[in-house]
Amino acid sequence: MTTVLNPTRRSFVLGGALGGGGLALGLQLPFGPTAADAAEGPAQVIRDANGFPEVTAWVVIRPDDTVVIRIARSEMGQGTLTGLAQLVAEELECDWGKVTTEYPTPGQNVKRARIWRDFATGGSRGIRASHEYVREGGAAARTMLVQAAANRWNVAASECVAAASVITHTPSGRSVTYGQVAEDAARLEIPKGVKLKDPKDWKIAGKPLARLDTLGKLTGAQVYGTDLKLPGMLNAAIRDCPVQRGSLRSFDATKVSRMKGVRHVLQVGTSAVAVVADTWWQAKTALDALPIEWDEGAGAKASSASIAFRLKEGLTASQAFTGNSNGDARGALATATKTVEAVYDYPFQNHAPMEPMNATARYTPERLEVWVPTQNGEASFAAATEAAGLPADKVEVYKINLGGGFGRRGFQDFVTQAVLIAKQIPGTPVKLLWSREEDMTHGRYHPIMQSRLVGGFDAQNRLVALHMRLSGQSIIADVAPANLVNGMDPLTFQGLYQPGEHGFGYTVPNLLIDHAMRNTHLKPGFWRGVNANQNAIFLECFVDELADAAGADPLEFRRQLTVNHPRNRGVLDAVAERIGWSKPAAPGVYRGLAQMKAFGSFVAAAAEISVTGGNRIKIHRIVAATDPGYAVNPAQIERQVAGSFVYGLSALFFGECTVKDGRVEQQNFDTYESMRIRHMPKVEAIVMPTGGSEPWGGIGEPTICVAAPAVLNAFYRATGKRIRSIPLKKHGITFA
Amino acid sequence: MIAFSVNGKAQSIDADPTTPLLWILREQVGLTGTKYGCGIAQCGACTVHLEGAPVRSCSIPVAAVAGRSITTIEGLAKDNKLHKVQQAWLDHQVPQCGYCQSGMIMAAAALLNQIPKPTDAQIDDNITNICRCGTFQQVRQAIHAAAAA
Repeated sequence: MTTVLNPTRRSFVLGGALGGGGLALGLQLPFGPTAADAAEGPAQVIRDANGFPEVTAWVVIRPDDTVVIRIARSEMGQGTLTGLAQLVAEELECDWGKVTTEYPTPGQNVKRARIWRDFATGGSRGIRASHEYVREGGAAARTMLVQAAANRWNVAASECVAAASVITHTPSGRSVTYGQVAEDAARLEIPKGVKLKDPKDWKIAGKPLARLDTLGKLTGAQVYGTDLKLPGMLNAAIRDCPVQRGSLRSFDATKVSRMKGVRHVLQVGTSAVAVVADTWWQAKTALDALPIEWDEGAGAKASSASIAFRLKEGLTASQAFTGNSNGDARGALATATKTVEAVYDYPFQNHAPMEPMNATARYTPERLEVWVPTQNGEASFAAATEAAGLPADKVEVYKINLGGGFGRRGFQDFVTQAVLIAKQIPGTPVKLLWSREEDMTHGRYHPIMQSRLVGGFDAQNRLVALHMRLSGQSIIADVAPANLVNGMDPLTFQGLYQPGEHGFGYTVPNLLIDHAMRNTHLKPGFWRGVNANQNAIFLECFVDELADAAGADPLEFRRQLTVNHPRNRGVLDAVAERIGWSKPAAPGVYRGLAQMKAFGSFVAAAAEISVTGGNRIKIHRIVAATDPGYAVNPAQIERQVAGSFVYGLSALFFGECTVKDGRVEQQNFDTYESMRIRHMPKVEAIVMPTGGSEPWGGIGEPTICVAAPAVLNAFYRATGKRIRSIPLKKHGITFA
Repeated sequence: MIAFSVNGKAQSIDADPTTPLLWILREQVGLTGTKYGCGIAQCGACTVHLEGAPVRSCSIPVAAVAGRSITTIEGLAKDNKLHKVQQAWLDHQVPQCGYCQSGMIMAAAALLNQIPKPTDAQIDDNITNICRCGTFQQVRQAIHAAAAA
């Protein structure tokens, strides 16, 4: 079907601030046709690119019974592709061995009134925010296939059953495969309100199935964005102003234009310059030799010390946004018998996915095509459309495999750059690839934050008040200011907020959690786990400090504060039991705990460590419990949990981007280190879905936040030294 | 022209001799399974075998491999049968995003050539690749499984 798009750019904002979770972008999409314009009549069969019939938007079935399941979210290692396919297949009652997957394109989604809904893949929402409608897509397709078979036999659909891609008419024993009736099924009206299975009855979903996308990753066959080859393609290397928010003043192309392979030296936007050459290595070599003058702007005055000074001022500033409160914390602290106070801080960090940012674009005035590893195909589409200045119906974006994302690929700066380059070389496809150094110094960094916490006790040593002040960056203020709530960024309070996906997991009679917003020229971004990361360190280490002040065991102290939070207490008890909290640890081994609710899941960790020489940590064992409500693939959850500890502990031990003259100082993995296998502790994952009617929780991010505080709390038990400033490397502490 | 062999096939390449082997493999030989991650021999995503030994191809000028033989991830499986390390990786469901895994697998295969049954300590000493998804727990299990295969 063809649809002429309305070229006027009515736009809408996707997602609320907290509702949008980790990737709440103020995404401006060109408005496609209304649902009515795009109504797909029952007689009209929609076909995929190979001519096979679409039963519902989520399911294409070929005559050989191959089932193609459409996946709107991006697979970047987290396993969402397999999990979503399991959910569709479960309701479809198809043969899992015949399932394959494909990404619909963002352009198709716009043309079809967003029939696949949200493409954004962040905030651990890939499965939890789409499980209902993808299951409905599978269930509706099954119903249509059964009806098509019943029509063929002229019997009632209620006499037919579907299993493993075969429909059987029970009374007569006749049977037919999905592939044989798919054409007929595709002509039927899509039923609404088809009843979904009770998860208790799942046979494909909920099982630890192998991923669908492993083989190509073992042989070099899988094509990532960096691997794309197009006929006549050129390669671009780029350098953006080394101080973020600065601009390009001038460059002297004559110095490099005769170097081997060099084809173009181009300004890109207002702040970057690119060399386009036959090969990327030629482009990069010429770029390194290119004289460039920058207008570094106001950010050039900033340093780590100047930023820390501004944040410190916020710790006691009178103005702050309240994220969560009950009772009268200030009053109760003023009259408390005893108070405890501590200040913590958390640095800028880079996502550093293994595949540096890249995008490939081919522009003509009639057509723009972009190939990009992206966490949000629709945001890529919007950025490409904007950069090209073309109407939406002349633009298409193809999602390619991602070599990691961790939140960085929800941003689209590299898409904009690729299109701006391609636009200057019409008709020639250009692949833009950032060097690792470009990637390290032009991140969307983990927000920098400090926190001052004050707890108050009564004469019976009961915690009566807690004031937690955050001071630092707001991601939403930079990325989607329209989503601020009267100036407040609710996302800052992940794990500390009012009841919901990031609800605070303790009951304190007098509570105040507020945020003094202190933004910097360095751009903040959604960094896997986002604000839960620093919030869990601040809160969970301080809760240990409070337990000590009360003379209480850290587990028992938390159990008392979680009386009204049974699922928080559930994961806490689970890790305590598995680590053997009630029995002493081995000689020289010390334990620490942490718990939080993040991205709708309840997570807890218990660590066992030993410390030699006061500064060398051996992590013997990590136990991590996750209650996501429902578990779609327990084997993949275990892998996400183990991987989360690598991300979280790399951040704890090594992760810091420092600023000098406005520039990020760390340029590569030699100074921005990441864990290796020799650092990897044994991680035992407890997957404990408790069901119920609350929204499902996510998996990719939540557990990261409890990794660091569990280890820090154990470190204190081992050494008597309380580390309140991350990372450990700046204290001379490292892995044993 | 610089001559060498890749996966048993003779190559004759016209390039600046200082160009890193990684970029010759990716952009001129046309084998993109070997990945760029850092360019400074830190991450190991570019690991290939040079005369059977694991090397970081991002930091070896192509001139240095003249007359020598290289194996990349594309050359690891023989006769349409996965190498035992690849098979163990499949059985243990090691990869997440997969981008670093070509290098990780090449490093593991080289380790098993040198030490058929490595201890955990030997794995720690020899596998120094970075994986940001954090697949190390599965990598270790899979190396032991491949060693036992």
